[in-house]
Amino acid sequence: MGDAKLDLLQGTLDLMVLQTLAAIGDMHGYGIARRIEQVSGDEVLLNQGTIYAALVRLQQRGWIDAEWGASENNRKAKFYSITKRGRKQLAEDTAYWQRLSSVMGRVLAMGEGGGER
Amino acid sequence: MRDEPRRSWLDSLRRTMARVGAFFRKEPLDRELEEEVAAHIAMATEDNIRNGMSPEEARRKAMVKFGGVEQAKERQRESRGLPWLETLLQDLRYTVRTLGRDRGFATIAILILALGIGANVVVFSVVNTILLRPLPFYDPSRLVWIAPEKANGLSGSTYSVDAYEDLRAMNRSYEDVTGYFAFSTEDNYKLTGRGVPLPVTGIMVAENFFHVLGVNPFLGRQFRSEEALKGGPPAVMLSYPFWMKQFGGDRSLVGKAIALDGKPATVAGVLPESFDFGAAFSPGAKVDILTPLVMDDIRYEGNTLAMIGRLKPGVTLEQSRSEAKTLFPQFYWGKKYPESKGNYKDAGYTVFLKEYVSGKLRRSLVVLWCAVGLILLIVCVNLSNLMLARSAARSKEFALRSALGAGRARLIRQLLTESLVLAATGAALGLGLAYAMLRYLAHQGSIALPLLSSVKLDGTALGWSLLITVSTAVLFGLMPGIKASRANVQEALKDGGHGTTEGRQHEKMRTMLVVSEVALACILLVGAGLLMRSFLRVLDVDLGFQPSTAAAVRIDYDDGGKTDKRTAILENIAHRVEGLPGIEVAGFSDNLPLDRNRSWGSPFIKGKAYKPGELPGSFVYIVSPGYLRAMGMRLRGRDFTWQDNDKGEGVVVLNQTAAKGLWPGEDAVGKMAVIGKKDVRVIGVIADVSDTNVEGKSGWQMYLPMMQSDWGPDGAVLVVRSKVPPAQLASSVMRTLREINPNQAAVEFRPMQRLVDHAVSPRQFFMLLVGVFAALGLVLASLGIYGVISYSVTRRTQEIGVRMALGASPGNVQMGVISKTMRMASIGIAVGVVGSVAVAHLIASLLFGTTPTDPMTFVAMAVLLGVVAGLAGYLPARRASRINPMVALRNE
Repeated sequence: MGDAKLDLLQGTLDLMVLQTLAAIGDMHGYGIARRIEQVSGDEVLLNQGTIYAALVRLQQRGWIDAEWGASENNRKAKFYSITKRGRKQLAEDTAYWQRLSSVMGRVLAMGEGGGER
Repeated sequence: MRDEPRRSWLDSLRRTMARVGAFFRKEPLDRELEEEVAAHIAMATEDNIRNGMSPEEARRKAMVKFGGVEQAKERQRESRGLPWLETLLQDLRYTVRTLGRDRGFATIAILILALGIGANVVVFSVVNTILLRPLPFYDPSRLVWIAPEKANGLSGSTYSVDAYEDLRAMNRSYEDVTGYFAFSTEDNYKLTGRGVPLPVTGIMVAENFFHVLGVNPFLGRQFRSEEALKGGPPAVMLSYPFWMKQFGGDRSLVGKAIALDGKPATVAGVLPESFDFGAAFSPGAKVDILTPLVMDDIRYEGNTLAMIGRLKPGVTLEQSRSEAKTLFPQFYWGKKYPESKGNYKDAGYTVFLKEYVSGKLRRSLVVLWCAVGLILLIVCVNLSNLMLARSAARSKEFALRSALGAGRARLIRQLLTESLVLAATGAALGLGLAYAMLRYLAHQGSIALPLLSSVKLDGTALGWSLLITVSTAVLFGLMPGIKASRANVQEALKDGGHGTTEGRQHEKMRTMLVVSEVALACILLVGAGLLMRSFLRVLDVDLGFQPSTAAAVRIDYDDGGKTDKRTAILENIAHRVEGLPGIEVAGFSDNLPLDRNRSWGSPFIKGKAYKPGELPGSFVYIVSPGYLRAMGMRLRGRDFTWQDNDKGEGVVVLNQTAAKGLWPGEDAVGKMAVIGKKDVRVIGVIADVSDTNVEGKSGWQMYLPMMQSDWGPDGAVLVVRSKVPPAQLASSVMRTLREINPNQAAVEFRPMQRLVDHAVSPRQFFMLLVGVFAALGLVLASLGIYGVISYSVTRRTQEIGVRMALGASPGNVQMGVISKTMRMASIGIAVGVVGSVAVAHLIASLLFGTTPTDPMTFVAMAVLLGVVAGLAGYLPARRASRINPMVALRNE
C-alpha cells in the first residue's frame, strides 16, 4: 500500500514490538516503547509516537490483540498481547533476521583485498 | 519463511478488510487513539515526575519523547485506513464547495455536458440497435436473405412457390429455407366475434418460418405441418403486443380458437416480446398476427415469396452465392408451364439478413454518429474554454495553494476531480434526457427504420456513456489543469498581474479553441444544410398524385366472389359517399402508392416477339372509376366508367413509362395491347406515380378496372378527395360505410399525406437529428465566442479606459471589439468551409438532387455562422463602448 520504501524500518520496528510482547507479556504502548528503549540501551532513537502505527498494523494482520485495561497506577490504557499466529510470525522473522545479520556480518567483515582477513 | 505465498496472500486480504472496516469507523477509532495517546503521555509524565522532574518539565520531556502528536496520529491513521480514498473524498468535498460557489459556471457546464452526452447516448443506442446488435434471432450470423442481386426493394426480389420448393429440395448450402408472403396489406384480417370487427394486420409465413429463424414461441408451440396444408386446421400465432393489448395477456387463450374474418382459427402460440416481424422485415409497420402459409393457395399467383435461408455451419456466403448461380436457372416459375424454366436465371444471390435489414442505413447512421461526435468535441472545446477562463480567475488561489506546498500533481488532480464531478453530473442528466428521447423514439411506429421499436438504454449504451464521460472529463480538465499548475507563483500573487505574457498566452490559447469550435460548427451546419436541402428536394418530387385533402379507408364487402355483385356494391358506396357534403370524388383501388409492392406480367403488343426479360414487370392497381381523380393523378385520355365491365371491351390505363416503353415516340391512347391472354385497349395515360418509394424512378404501371372479372382485386380501399381537411370527414364517411355494411370493421381513416410522410420518414429522421446537432453546435460556438470576447473586454477595462480618455470614441471601441470577433470567426469559417468540402463528399450518396458543393448551402451557412458570431461579439462590444474612463482608471 505504497509504503514499500519503509519496508526495512517498518519490519524492524514491527519485529521489535512482537519480540517485546513475547518477552514481557501484555503491555500498553508506552510500556512497549520504554522497554525497547531500555533494552537497546537508548541506542534506538525512537519517536515513541511511531509505535502506534506499528501496533495498528500488527493488530490488523492478526499478530497481536488489544484490550482496554488498567495500568499499575490504575490508569485506563490499551494493553496489547501477542497471538498464536503472532508467535509463529515472530519465529519466522527472527530466523530471517539472524540469517540476514550473519550474512551481513560476513560480507562487511570482508577485507579490502577481497580475501578474508 | 515470510514469503510463504498462501499465508501472505491471506494476510494481505485480512489487512485490506481491516483497513476498509477502519475507514468506516473513523470516528470511534480516532477517539480511541486520542485516549491511548493521552494515556501514554500521562504515564510518561508520571514516570518523569517520579524521576524528580517538576510537573511542567516532566510533561515537556514526555511530549518531546513522544514526537509530534499530530504526525503520530496521522501515521497511525494512514496505516490503519484507506488514505487515498480519504484524499479523494476531501477533493470531492472541496469540489462541491467550489462549484457551489460558482453556480453559474457549474450550471452552464453541466447543461452543455448533458446535451452533448445525452445526444451521444441516443445516437449510440440507435446505431447499436440498428447496426451493431445482432438480429433478435438464434445465431443470426447464419441467416441470409435470398434475392436477385440488383433487386429494387421488394419488387422483383420474390419468388414463386415452385421455385421456393425446388430450392428447398435441391440446395446443399442451407440447413433449411423459409419464406413469407411478401404482399400482404395493412389490416388484411378482421378479428370478429368480439363486438365491432377489429382490423388486424397479418403475415402468412411458411410453416418452418419460426424454426428457421430460431424463434421459440413465448407461449404455445410452432405451427404444425398439417396447418399449412390446403383444407388443414387454421392456426394463428399472435404477436406479443397484440396479445397483451387485445387479450390482456390471457395465457389460457393458447389452444383456444379466435375468429378471424368470421372463421375460427386456433391460437398456436404467442411470440416472444423480442420478435417484431415489422421491425426486421417491414420497417414502420406493425404486424399483429402470423398465419401459416398454404403454399397451394398462392402457387400460381406469381412471385410472392420472400426467402430467407439458414446456412449450414461452415458454409460461407460465397459458397451459397456460387451454388445459387448454378441452381436458380433450373427453377420453374410454375412447373405447369415448362417454358417458364429458366425464369430465375441470374436471379439468385444472397446477402446476410442483417445486411438486408440495415445495410442501406449504414452510411446514414455513420454520418449521424460522426455528427454527434463533432458535437461532443465542440462540447469539450467549449468546456476547456470555460475551465481555462475559470482557472485564469483562480490563478491566485492556485498560486497560494502551491506556495503552501501543494504539489503540481495534487493541483492537476484537484482540477481533474472537478471535471469528473461536472462530467458525471452532466452524464446523469444526459442519461435522463437520452432515456426520455429513446422512449419517445421507440414508440414512433411511423418512422420506417428497422428495429427502431426495440431501441432502449441498455448496458452497452451505459458503458458507452461511461467511456465518453470519462474521456470528456479528462480532455477538458487536463489542459487547463496543466496550464494552471504551471503558473508562475510570484507573477500570479502580485496584485494586478494584468497584461503579462501569461495573460496573453492564455488568450491566444482560448482564441484557438474558439476558432476550432467555429470550424467544427461550420462543418456540422453545412452537412445539416445539405441534408435539409435534399429533404426539401424530396418533398418537391412530383409524386404523380396529390396527397393533400385525400384520404383512404379499407372497406369490407361481401360479393360472394361475383364480379357483378361487387360492382353493384362498390358503385352504391361510391355514390353514397360522393353525396356527402365536402366530398368531391370517391373511388376504389385494391392498392395504394408507396404502400406495398405488386408486380405482374407486363402488357405487350400482339404479334410482336419479345426477348425474355425485355419487358419489365408492371406494378398493377385494380381500380374503379373515380380513383384516378380522387388521387389527383394527371390523366390524358378517359377515366374508367362503371360500364367498363365484362360486357364491354378490355381496357387499361398505363403510366407514361409503360406507354413510352411499348410505343416509343407514339401516342399510346387508343392502341391495343395484350395482358395475360386478354386484349385490352389503352384508354388513357397518366403521369408516373411514385410506386414504392419517393426517391427512386417509377417503373411500368398499369391500372385495370375492378368491374372486369379477369382481374380479381385484392380487397378494396376507398379513396376520397375532399374540399376540407380529410380528418373532418372521417366520422360521416365511416357512418355511411357502417350503414351500408354493418360488418364494416372500425378501420382507420388514413390521410394520404401519411403514406408520403411514412415513405420520407427515414430521411426526415436523419435530417432532423443532424439539424438539431447543427443548431446545438451553433449555440455552443456562439457561447464560446461570447466567453472569449467578454473576458478580453473585462481584462482590458483599464486599457480601454485609457484609450477613451485619450479620445477614442465609443464607436471606435465597439468597432475594435467587433472586428476582433469577426477576425476570429472568419478564420474559423474559412477552416470549416475547407473541412466541409471534404465532409460533403463523404455524404454525397445521402444527398438527393443536391450537389455536395451546393454553393447556396455553403454561402447560407457561412453567413448564418458569421451573423451569429457577430451577435455574440456585439454584446461585449457594447459593454466595452460604455466603459466610463474615470471609473475604469480609478478602479485599478
